[in-house]
Amino acid sequence: MFRRRCILGAGSAGVFLLAAWPAAAAPHSYTVVIDKLKFGPVPAQLHKGDTIVWVNHDILRHSATASDHSFDVGLPAGATGETVLTKTGTILFACKYHPGMRGALQVK
Amino acid sequence: MVATPMNGAHSKGKPMKIKLALISAAAIIIASPALAADAPTDPQIAHIAYTADTLDIEAGKQALAQSKNKAVRGFAEEMVRDHTAVNDKALALVKKLKVTPQDNPTSQSLTKAADAERAKLGKLSGAAFDREYINNEVAYHKTVNGALEKTLIPSAKNGELKSLLQTGLTLFREHQAHAEKIAKDIK
Repeated sequence: MFRRRCILGAGSAGVFLLAAWPAAAAPHSYTVVIDKLKFGPVPAQLHKGDTIVWVNHDILRHSATASDHSFDVGLPAGATGETVLTKTGTILFACKYHPGMRGALQVK
Repeated sequence: MVATPMNGAHSKGKPMKIKLALISAAAIIIASPALAADAPTDPQIAHIAYTADTLDIEAGKQALAQSKNKAVRGFAEEMVRDHTAVNDKALALVKKLKVTPQDNPTSQSLTKAADAERAKLGKLSGAAFDREYINNEVAYHKTVNGALEKTLIPSAKNGELKSLLQTGLTLFREHQAHAEKIAKDIK
């Protein structure tokens, strides 16, 4: 009986771990809003595999363009675009039409 | 106050007539913010902003027709695209507010200066055209930005109009910086 309980307990822990592990590692999606020629706040805890959803609330066409060419998302006025982060490190980005609009993604 | 940036922007071959026209346009816009009676009304401000945008769209189209320089053409496309977007928004706003833009001496001065500049550019080609177009864009954005900052935004009564002008100022400062960079590169 005791042995069966141990096996059941171990089995439950295994199930729990198996269930919990992918959830903890699952990629997240974060929104960065663009308005009045500025990129909104960028999340601090980014990981490889996460997605940035760029939402352009401005009246102008913008882009989210990485200085290392790892992404280049065109964002007409009112449009939304996505970037999946495929590498770690610091990625500087800017709007290619308005270079004064800048930001940086810190990806772990 | 106005003459300093204007003089700094036109170091080469700017005809005195055009320079004076731009200075007087800027002077009219900027001169009297302290006098409430002289401050432009919202219909006048809407007209000035729309005129300033339209003139720069026309200049951009002229550059696209005459220039072969990649950086200059990219800048001109940016001017046409951005100023058109702002004007579309301005038109939608005046329609919503049921305001009729009112012609005024400032709009007329800006138009007169732009007509003279267009004629001058029409006679140029190649690098001479590129330099003149970009130098004028630097000067033009300085003038309009000074006017927005010192007179038009403080004078605007309607909150939505004021907000659009503020967005315009942020945008046109970007344009000025972009034009200054190109001016340095093609010197």
